[in-house]
Amino acid sequence: MHIPDGFIDIPTSAAFAALAAGAVAISLKGAKSSLDDKTAPLAGLTATFIFAVQMLNFPVAAGTSGHLLGAALATVLVGPYVATLAITIVLLLQALLFADGGLTALGLSVFNMSIVAVWVSYAIFLLVKKILPKTKSSITAAAGVAAVISVPAAAASFVLQYAIGANATFSVSSVLAAMVGTHILIGIGEALITVFAVGAVLASRSDLVYGYKNQKASLEIRSAA
Amino acid sequence: MKQKTFLLSGFVVSLFLAGVVSFYASSNPDGLEKVAEDIGFIETAKDHTYADGALADYGVKGIDNARLSTGAAGVIGVVATGVISTGLFMVVRRKSGSER
Repeated sequence: MHIPDGFIDIPTSAAFAALAAGAVAISLKGAKSSLDDKTAPLAGLTATFIFAVQMLNFPVAAGTSGHLLGAALATVLVGPYVATLAITIVLLLQALLFADGGLTALGLSVFNMSIVAVWVSYAIFLLVKKILPKTKSSITAAAGVAAVISVPAAAASFVLQYAIGANATFSVSSVLAAMVGTHILIGIGEALITVFAVGAVLASRSDLVYGYKNQKASLEIRSAA
Repeated sequence: MKQKTFLLSGFVVSLFLAGVVSFYASSNPDGLEKVAEDIGFIETAKDHTYADGALADYGVKGIDNARLSTGAAGVIGVVATGVISTGLFMVVRRKSGSER
């Protein structure tokens, strides 16, 4: 979902770049509390893994492919603020080194993937976690549900940008239907990869997982009270 | 699992995925590109500023073998992402001993 230059006009791109920059600045502050000597290297590894897996386009429907976005994965592993930073770094490197995603469109892409997809993932993850029993497999399941929804959410965010400042004149409703429909399919692939990766980290180092640690911490507080 | 073993395994898996498996990735357009083609707004896309860059489109300029070119670009990307992101997160982190 890396947006090339030209789809969206410059004023709209600039406005979203400003929004994205503000959110990244807030995330830099917010990230501090969830990064320590042990979790900072995991955060780096999360960004690295997302870069690698974003190269692996999988087929979804006739003539269409998709790849991991990584927002739900990063949010569950390292928390929403760090997830925003991790995906932003990946998007910056992809645009600057690999000519993937236009430079004037960077703010648009960061907004959709590093911010909307991350915070939608976080909200869905917390909600599903609350409903399910407090086990490791519930964390994995909640991450999967968050993943499925995060991808069409980012796609819908692109449609918002299209509605505000597209350089083309095709109807917004047809773009919305096509974008959301296609990205629900990609979201299923997203969920499979996310469940697998979160499951692997929970099995080997559950103490590092943000979405699992917080659960334990809140339980400890309750039992201490 | 020890922290070192865990991080090293994750890094090796990332290198393998980007360096080897990436060659087998689908080359069909992604969701946004396909929608843009089907509806027609792909016409408004401009060429990338760095379309002729040394690593453009995940290939190393000058390496003709597609498998090697994609693999090398993947390895460079994994190392660059690893170094830059881990560096940033280490700088941003709470220093050990400081208040939780």
